[in-house]
Amino acid sequence: MRNLALSDEILMQVEKPARYIGNEVNAVIKDKKEVEIRFAMCFPDVYEIGMSHLGIQILYDMLNKFEDVWCERVYSPWVDLDALMRREKIPLFALESQEPVKDFDFLGITIQYEMCYTNILQILDLSGIPLLAAERGEDFPIVIGGGPCTYNPEPICDFFDIFYIGEGETQYRNLLDLYKNCKKNGLGRREFLKKAASIPGMYVPSLYEVTYHENGTISQRISLEEGIPVKIEKELVRDVTDTCYPDKPVVPFIKVTQDRVVLELQRGCIRGCRFCQAGQLYRPVRERNVEMLKHYAMEMLKNTGHEEISLSSLSSSDYSKLPELLDFLIENCAGKKVNISLPSLRIDAFSLDVMNKVQDVKKSSLTFAPEAGSQRLRNVINKGLTEEVILEGARLAFAGGWSRVKLYFMLGLPTETPEDIQEIAALCNKIAALFYETVPKEKRTGRVQIVASTSFFIPKPFTPFQWAGQCTKEEFLDKAYQTRSAIAGQLNQKSIKYNWHEADVSVLEGIMARGDRRLNQVILKAYKKGCMYDAWSEYYKNGLWFETFDECGISPDFYTREREDGEIFPWDFLDCGVKKEFLLREWHKARKEIVTPNCRSKCSACGAGRYRAGVCLEERREQS
Amino acid sequence: MKVRIKFSKYGPVRFLGHLDVMRYFQKALRRADIDVAYSEGFSPHQIMSFAAPLSVGHTSSGEYFDIEVNRFTSEEDLREKLQSVMVEGFDILKVQLLPDKEKNAMAGVAAADYLVSFSDKVPLPENWKAGLMDFYRQESIPVTKTTKKGQREIDLKEGVYLLEVRGEDVYMLVDAGSGSNIKPGFVLETFFEKSGVSLPEYPFRIHRLETYKREENGRLAPLIS
Ligand code: SF4
Repeated sequence: MRNLALSDEILMQVEKPARYIGNEVNAVIKDKKEVEIRFAMCFPDVYEIGMSHLGIQILYDMLNKFEDVWCERVYSPWVDLDALMRREKIPLFALESQEPVKDFDFLGITIQYEMCYTNILQILDLSGIPLLAAERGEDFPIVIGGGPCTYNPEPICDFFDIFYIGEGETQYRNLLDLYKNCKKNGLGRREFLKKAASIPGMYVPSLYEVTYHENGTISQRISLEEGIPVKIEKELVRDVTDTCYPDKPVVPFIKVTQDRVVLELQRGCIRGCRFCQAGQLYRPVRERNVEMLKHYAMEMLKNTGHEEISLSSLSSSDYSKLPELLDFLIENCAGKKVNISLPSLRIDAFSLDVMNKVQDVKKSSLTFAPEAGSQRLRNVINKGLTEEVILEGARLAFAGGWSRVKLYFMLGLPTETPEDIQEIAALCNKIAALFYETVPKEKRTGRVQIVASTSFFIPKPFTPFQWAGQCTKEEFLDKAYQTRSAIAGQLNQKSIKYNWHEADVSVLEGIMARGDRRLNQVILKAYKKGCMYDAWSEYYKNGLWFETFDECGISPDFYTREREDGEIFPWDFLDCGVKKEFLLREWHKARKEIVTPNCRSKCSACGAGRYRAGVCLEERREQS
Repeated sequence: MKVRIKFSKYGPVRFLGHLDVMRYFQKALRRADIDVAYSEGFSPHQIMSFAAPLSVGHTSSGEYFDIEVNRFTSEEDLREKLQSVMVEGFDILKVQLLPDKEKNAMAGVAAADYLVSFSDKVPLPENWKAGLMDFYRQESIPVTKTTKKGQREIDLKEGVYLLEVRGEDVYMLVDAGSGSNIKPGFVLETFFEKSGVSLPEYPFRIHRLETYKREENGRLAPLIS
């Protein structure tokens, strides 16, 4: 039987010890003597969050299908165990073998949100791996980062040996073969990294230098080695049907955030909302074949025993075979008591009909994401959802028995005025009024419940809003206050509940998102002063962060300001498929309130067409 | 049809709490494709009853739960199917088709026996074995039991049916009924406290050997005999 890395005493002291024991259903155990490469795959947050992430499940499955590789999982120890491990000097271990991460060949870290940056340092620190890549000798694992935040890797580039830019399915085999080859030929870390930099999608930050203008903006990027690519293009899976997908996902013992089978319908989105980073990064949208999805749905349900299946996509309603897939699932799941969950569905007659079949109408709520209150502002952000569509959806839903509605908005969008904010409240009120118009008194069971939530807009790299300015904390809070009073002034205010997101952490997220190499020292210092689990509001230490910016002589305002059209961005050396000229065009159109049609109705020649994949190959009603 | 399943829990999975063990078996039954009956309503759940919950950290060779099945082939077939989807640390030991009148596993529990061993951090006095037996042979052992509902005066002697030293370990058979149950760790803590020995944190390793019901003649019998 496997030995655990932690003693009984320690496991009995910490909350949810099952986070650390591994051994879950479908976890992969190999004989370490039979493999050549040990790969630790890490999500730098607590187990319940990390285990819910589909990307890791895909890569875990893929890497373990390679005979010469054993891929294991690593998550952030929760704060209680973190303290004990530091005190008792216990090195961080991977779940499957319970062996120290430090002895692995690779430590892969998926970077899904900016607020996990200090947790990356926690992982390295607890593993006993030097935090700075430059200080790592031959004996340490190669630390490789992936995931959406690597589309601006510069604020954390000192901590990584390599960043893998783009979708993970394509280049790992080449990278691992190179690694084996280098080992066989006695080549060291530095030589391996140099060679790795020539594999498509690999960014080795130590091989480049950046120089700055006096005003702090970037002047130049210099390659320090001959033959190293100047631009690094993202990796992309052209055919998302003929590719790997897990048929036996790991089934956690404890309840995790995503306690269900996840079926990824497609990658990317046709819509092009101007604030949305994922919508640009994963272009072009590529659908999976519906027969493949049916097959994997049944296989995964059988192999996990999960009671629920969730369809995942940035916009499920745009998946062309959705009705066929849903018919199949309803037919095959109902008898087996499997629930079907349908996030990101547009509310219309079709989706309401489906939801009626798979959910308890009385208990479930409808979700709309208008993102902005007024049509004017929705045009600015290119959100193709009109008030008529929302109201018609709500009317159908109320007539069908629903009485709970959730609405999501953003505050601080470019060009936003107090009138736009007023309109958030007005829209909530109209929906509430519609309930009383639609549902006769005798059929009402209580009041309609409307929950409006606002998050704060953060400009992200590779979006048309990458040039936009970001609000200050005070501006954010003032906008939330305006929203609250506007809602309080509505006739139906008693039926409307309002929530808003924290402002200070949004400001920091924005700084990191568009940051440059100079932020490495701030993150390192903030971590050393005790910042960790910044994504968890109870552990977020705003004061400590901004004190650290001061001490490092770095002005946060530099990173939140509006950018000039011609400025060189820290992430410009990456090529995500979509061209900067297209994004700039979109930025200008946004300010003129001009909408851009989605990929399916008209191609806007964004640049991703060169991959000759997915929607770019579809025939359109209107040709460009 | 009601079926009772006996399983063991050992190794790393001893750190799973009771609710997680229940979730584990719900999913396992589905993986094994066993036709379990569901409750009615919009969020149906498997009809399932677990016997006495086992504390986190304890191991056991006598855990039980009952399910209601729509289709039944044979006891051995069901056992094999379920065993084939287990992870290390759970073994399906026995399966028994129950008579309809049998009380469900949870309501039927009367007692459980345990083997307790000591961590090497426990400062065992030279004569602890004799001391423990003297402690146990008392007419009555009045103690204060702290439960979720508050504190209560009880006689520990009434809840400990048998206690003996076995090698370096302690064996005991205790009341496991809901409400009146006695935890084996509590018995030993009381003894060491009365003997003036201060215990470190997590002093015991506790293994449950078997869970018992009370038969009509008053005798204790394992939940599957
Ligand atoms: S090239 Fe055209 S169709 Fe393809 S992703 Fe870009 S805009 Fe959409």
